[in-house]
Amino acid sequence: MEGSHHETPDTPHRPPIQRALLVRLGAIGAVAAATGIVLGLLIHWFPPAAAKQAHPIDTLYNVLVITTVPIFVLVTSMVLFSAWRFRMRAGEERLDGPPIHGNTRLEVIWTALPATLLASLVVYAAIVLHDVGVKKPNELVVNVVGRQWEWSFGYPAYHDAQGQEIVAPELVLPVNRPVYFKINAVDVIHTFYVPAFRLQQDAVPGITTPLRATPDRIGSYPVICTQLCGYGHSTMRATLRIVSASTFQKWLALHGYAGATTAAAASVRRPAATSTPTALVAATGGSRTQTKEASQ
Amino acid sequence: MIARLRAPGLHRGILAIPLGIGFAYALIIVIRAASGLGHIVDGTAILQVALISAPLAFLVGLGAFDYWFYWAAGRPTRPEDHSSHGAHSWKDYFRINTDHKVIGVQYTVHSFVYFLIGGMFAMLMRAQLAQPGGKFVDANTFNGLFSVHATLMIFLFIIPVFAGMANFVLPLMIGAPDMAFPRLNALSFWLLPIAGLMILGSFLAPGGSFASGWTAYAPLSTSAPIGQVFFTIGVQFAGASSIATALNFLVTIITMRAPGMSFFRMPLLVWANFSTSLLVVIATPFIAASQFLVLLDRALGFNFFNAGSGGDVLMYQHVFWFYSHPAVYIMILPGFGIISEILAVKARKPIFGYRMMAFSLLAIVVLGFTVWAHHMFTSGMPGWIRDPMMITTCIIAVPTGVKIFSWLATLWRGVLHMDTTMLWALGFISMFTLGGISGVMLAMVPFDLHVSKTYFIVAHIHYVLFGGSVFTIFAGVYYWFPKMTGRMIDERLGKWHFWTTLVTFNATFAPMHLIGIQGMPRRVADYSSQFATWNLIISISSFLLGLSTLIFVYNIVTSWRGGPRAVANPWRGLTLEWLVSSPPPIFNFDSMPTIVGGPYEYGVPGAVHAVFRDGAKVPTPAGDRLAVAQE
Repeated sequence: MEGSHHETPDTPHRPPIQRALLVRLGAIGAVAAATGIVLGLLIHWFPPAAAKQAHPIDTLYNVLVITTVPIFVLVTSMVLFSAWRFRMRAGEERLDGPPIHGNTRLEVIWTALPATLLASLVVYAAIVLHDVGVKKPNELVVNVVGRQWEWSFGYPAYHDAQGQEIVAPELVLPVNRPVYFKINAVDVIHTFYVPAFRLQQDAVPGITTPLRATPDRIGSYPVICTQLCGYGHSTMRATLRIVSASTFQKWLALHGYAGATTAAAASVRRPAATSTPTALVAATGGSRTQTKEASQ
Repeated sequence: MIARLRAPGLHRGILAIPLGIGFAYALIIVIRAASGLGHIVDGTAILQVALISAPLAFLVGLGAFDYWFYWAAGRPTRPEDHSSHGAHSWKDYFRINTDHKVIGVQYTVHSFVYFLIGGMFAMLMRAQLAQPGGKFVDANTFNGLFSVHATLMIFLFIIPVFAGMANFVLPLMIGAPDMAFPRLNALSFWLLPIAGLMILGSFLAPGGSFASGWTAYAPLSTSAPIGQVFFTIGVQFAGASSIATALNFLVTIITMRAPGMSFFRMPLLVWANFSTSLLVVIATPFIAASQFLVLLDRALGFNFFNAGSGGDVLMYQHVFWFYSHPAVYIMILPGFGIISEILAVKARKPIFGYRMMAFSLLAIVVLGFTVWAHHMFTSGMPGWIRDPMMITTCIIAVPTGVKIFSWLATLWRGVLHMDTTMLWALGFISMFTLGGISGVMLAMVPFDLHVSKTYFIVAHIHYVLFGGSVFTIFAGVYYWFPKMTGRMIDERLGKWHFWTTLVTFNATFAPMHLIGIQGMPRRVADYSSQFATWNLIISISSFLLGLSTLIFVYNIVTSWRGGPRAVANPWRGLTLEWLVSSPPPIFNFDSMPTIVGGPYEYGVPGAVHAVFRDGAKVPTPAGDRLAVAQE
């Protein structure tokens, strides 16, 4: 596809591109891409993970870094290489480049290669998406309700002596038990986001949206609203505490859970949520805890 | 004086505004009295009507509809005689003009004013976010700042500045004396100040400016204070301007090309604006619809988005993104065109794969309508929609990739003139690739579930809209400045502008990827102390980024006033705009050009893109050889 290179006697010749140069360019590109990948993987990107669903998502991100960072590095290397190697030098002011109009084979390659790469990434991501959302046995159902500007969490499987669903302003979950969140909003759209789960789901007025997660690490983590919801959006935070199964039962009892059989006995010593013993309130990981009891 | 107030123009337009407001009062009082409602003077209702009637009255006063009124009344109409063409002093840019070159400058300068205002709002936001617990502004003002920032940058800067540059350059490039509809062109421009002032004016509204983001999701927007209406209605005017200009471009490109200019001899900037205009005329009515629905909900209680009364909250997002996803291509395709022009001229080589470049633009137009719900992966829409949207989003990355690779191949073995324009073009390729890559990452639904609505999104959109669109805008301004003003721009200052912007831009937006993945949500006035260090770095960098823009402003002002005179063709370009003087004659071409070859035949000895029939002018040939004008 190369046309004849028109040169007048006073314009300097440009040396042809040597094979050695191409090899060197390839080597520089490979080293730069490898450096990019290593840097990308060395950076400590993620907050702590506290759900089984978080791990495949973190792995997906690492795969994305490995596959896409080289593209950026190679494009930038080509730009820098061209700026260095092909820049106009003194005496070349009136020189034109060779009239190369295209190269069908090259164009097919750089259409097909990225398409293949993207297709494999899509298949992989679709599998991860499916795995993350899969229904599990023995799910604990939690009703999440967003309102301006606080969260409340209801446990429909657990009732107090009056037969009321147990509701708390903090999210307490037993470790290793799958949870099915049913998410709602009463006023505007909010988003239920637990960075430790790597999961977000909008809370939408009028519909119930689903989210599944299996907590797998004991500790305290922030729950954040990420959908702009008005004046108090920045402070619409809650705390997630992942606790052992026995601590979860104790916590339920403190919130008035009457137990499967002795409902009346437990109801006598039901304290307000705000007086939860401090021993149970772990560090909140920098988030502002809503201490106000969610009105129902 | 009376004659001046009666003649069409700014004076009569401003005089008409109180009449529009008076109409709003009268209408509301009559309707409320007739329907037996209490307090017949309802300020909220009057304001909502006045926001529509006052601008319309202004346009009538301006004379935008005089022709049609005269025609309807059977009075003699005044055909366009182009007597107002050209600008002889800076004052002429503040008058109504139907010359596409004057309108192009009006558009471009007007857009840059809003770029500076929007940038100032960004820095006010960064002042608030410099440390956790910031007390610089309150939460409501902060929500207003980022809402107005985004709205101005999108609707008053990026979209119109591209329309403005194309307005100046495109008719020249296809060999046309003007746009197809010069009066519509003027109307398109004069809708913009209305939209801009309305959006800024929202800060004066009781309850503060609109504060529900540029996305204005219902039901937050339907329940917000009255400032929201300034967005709802302001966007209608910006959208109407956009649609009118797009129609104008389409008709101009289809019907007014010079003899010999087939579609596949058009410069890629023309292709890019052709594609963009298709997107605009098809997509923009959808944002108009979404905002009309919000307006009807607010003003008349239609309950479109009131879940308690059978409304559908998610419907707003579908209608909104059916425009607003194509809008991101509206904001980048013209930039692709600018980069193609610049790379061919500055690398002294034909664009690699010209036809694929044109086809990939059209592919993006079609595919752009199939990906809207990737903004809604966490919205609660039916889960299965995520999979097809992930697939289409990845498919649209392919034609975009083709363009990047073709630009790189255009550089290969070229003779690269590393001036300011070229620096911006090369910077664009690198920065936009990064933005494209984070876009592909976001297409992967499971990853998006984690970073959606975090700072990762803020990083992504600024890499595509600043590192992408704004870099191409700067490249285009430096490239066509000699043609638009007849003056050369200061290269040394231009390079300073590029390097300072490149460094501070990356220092501002690159760390946002990290804090986003670490879980910092966007659109918050306050944040957890674990993000304090990065936010301080980001804030300082953003102030420096703001300062770097002042170099540009200074350069533009001083070069326009006193830069060296520009020759007709300072870059030795082949396309038609370089074959006329700088600035071009009032009717662009004193003699009609005939197109005899492709637009990018650099390196082909003696090749020319166009010749003039009368042989009066000898166009610059590629390969630096004098061409014999062909008869």
